[in-house]
Amino acid sequence: MEKNAEHTHVHRDDEGDKLGMWLFIFTELLLFGMLFLIYAVYRYRNPVAFQLGGEEVDVFIGTLNTVLLLVSSATVAMSISAIQKGLKKHALVFLGITLLIALVFLVNKYFEWGAKIEYGFYPGGEALLELGHGTILFFGLYYVMTGIHALHILIGIGLFIYVFQQIRADKIHSTDYIWLENTGLYWHLVDIIWIFLFPLFYLIH
Amino acid sequence: MSQEKSHISSYQSHVFVLLALLALTAISVAVTTLELGRLDTLVAMLIAATKAAIVLVWFMHLKFDNKLYAIFTVLVLVVFLLVLYVTFFDYSYR
Repeated sequence: MEKNAEHTHVHRDDEGDKLGMWLFIFTELLLFGMLFLIYAVYRYRNPVAFQLGGEEVDVFIGTLNTVLLLVSSATVAMSISAIQKGLKKHALVFLGITLLIALVFLVNKYFEWGAKIEYGFYPGGEALLELGHGTILFFGLYYVMTGIHALHILIGIGLFIYVFQQIRADKIHSTDYIWLENTGLYWHLVDIIWIFLFPLFYLIH
Repeated sequence: MSQEKSHISSYQSHVFVLLALLALTAISVAVTTLELGRLDTLVAMLIAATKAAIVLVWFMHLKFDNKLYAIFTVLVLVVFLLVLYVTFFDYSYR
């Protein structure tokens, strides 16, 4: 990408930045992939307990959060389209909506987890320990997997705030938007992981 | 990518992709209420895989970007499926 250097003086390698982001995404896919593998094996060995565990989970909040994440994926993609066209205001609005949705997702998660923890359904909790080994495994995986996913949402929120400010300050614009593009890629990854978490924990009984 | 001819998706196309994803989500929720038993899991996973593919191809721009990303993504998927296969091959014969 020597062409870039000639035009802008500052050394820039957007294609390299993007490749780096993709490599990171692959490590993330394998990280969650291995968690899915553990889930699959434990489900195979404890089918009844996992079935019962799945009935304890709040399908409504799960579905709501799925819809929210899908919408936010679309809005971050639209924000990239806007910046490519030089529409700064549109880009900021779409990114703002994405940020808001990410926050709402975490608020829902707070209520979802909060209700379970109140009933003693948490790792080491009394209500959970009374149930069988398989149910304890199910909820252990539930907290670890949705927890690591929620951590990714939190990191995404940080990225959105940073990128939002950069767009406002015209540091990200129609000819230099790799930060926004890579943040978008990251957010879609978070969406993809949820796409699999949703049926595994909330739908399959 | 910024400086070269990069594909700009329209707002409309993003909305279409979103509607497809929402429709698949609705189908997925509806199917699990049918209580199909073992088939449940298979259908739910197939729908999830379809949704993930849609996100990868359109939202993550695999369709328009350097084909290298698409090839790598498929390779990562193959590695994952191989590990899954080998693991279950092991567990099934214990």
